[in-house]
Amino acid sequence: MSEPVSTFQNPAGAWSAAVYDVLRDGGVKLISFVPDGGHRGLIERAQADPEMRAVTLSTEEEGVALSAGAWVGGVKSVLLMQSSGVGNCVNMLSLPRTCQIPLLMLVTMRGEWAEFNPWQVPMGQATPRVLEAMGVLVQRSDDPDTLASEVHAALRLAYSTYSPVAVLLSQKLLGAKVFGGTK
Amino acid sequence: MRSGVLDRRTVMGRLLEGRGEMIVTTGLGATAWDLASLSDSPLDFPLWGAMGGAAMFGLGLALAQPERRVVVFTGDGEALMGMGALSTIAVTRPGNLSIVVLDNERYGETGSQRTHTASGVDLEGVARACGFPHTVTVTTYEQVDELRSDLHRVAGPLVAGPLLAVVKVALTPDPMTLPPRDGTFLKNRMRAALLGPGAIFE
Repeated sequence: MSEPVSTFQNPAGAWSAAVYDVLRDGGVKLISFVPDGGHRGLIERAQADPEMRAVTLSTEEEGVALSAGAWVGGVKSVLLMQSSGVGNCVNMLSLPRTCQIPLLMLVTMRGEWAEFNPWQVPMGQATPRVLEAMGVLVQRSDDPDTLASEVHAALRLAYSTYSPVAVLLSQKLLGAKVFGGTK
Repeated sequence: MRSGVLDRRTVMGRLLEGRGEMIVTTGLGATAWDLASLSDSPLDFPLWGAMGGAAMFGLGLALAQPERRVVVFTGDGEALMGMGALSTIAVTRPGNLSIVVLDNERYGETGSQRTHTASGVDLEGVARACGFPHTVTVTTYEQVDELRSDLHRVAGPLVAGPLLAVVKVALTPDPMTLPPRDGTFLKNRMRAALLGPGAIFE
């Protein structure tokens, strides 16, 4: 199904199946993403599912506009990204906000618990505040056992209240990336 | 490429003649005012911001409404900001999506500064390199009429994917005709038109 990838093997990704079921049962038909190791399980499930449209994006803001158009056309979607991608979305979030179009983002966090890479820290630390500054409702999840119910609640919050909602999947939940090599 | 002589509103008017059930969305600025000067339909969704997002908004509509033609009108500045979207759209290959760039080689809303297309950047070439199966650069009204036929061609198994047209238009001081600026109105109006009145209660 998948080719060999980096050392990051999504060790806590057992939650992917439950979260994917929540999305499917909630009527999501379109998943767009800039890949992240933490999202690998969801991405591979979506790509293998003939009932789901999986769209790879060249930058995360494309997914914000894609989701908006899809919902105006009657299709529910979810947008997957790493926290670094949140910064790429800022102005595009004007679209769902102004038009009161639902948006669900699942954001895998970097730059926090046990981070190795200093370049991930600025955007990772700013992620919740950047989202809140743009009016996105933010839920944080640290526990893989309750993540599916968190996503279920976020999907309902987004689509029932016409709001942009982000679920932040903490680095503690995901497991920190392990880098090979020494110097 | 010399800059265009075609009149942008004449071009858009001709392309939308007999549009029927076609969904039309635009980028911010001049293309939104152009559409408002010609039409105020529930099947119109002019964006007032979100620069760089028009083509992807159109892709979302096209994937959600595969039985309808979706046409995105945008400007060269807006298209340049979202150039990566051309790669995403080419790979996604929606047969019912067309993107028409009304290219006056200027940022028309901000003092007519030159865009990169004024220095030769070829957005049709970018789309072709991304893998768009249908691309064209339009410089005459005869070509506009041919493009109209292509935009209105019904999607089907023989339509292999999206179309991108660059229409070289003149820099003109058109009246600023404003569409509705309440995004929730535009959203609810289009959803009701596409999905039925019950969509408002979803």
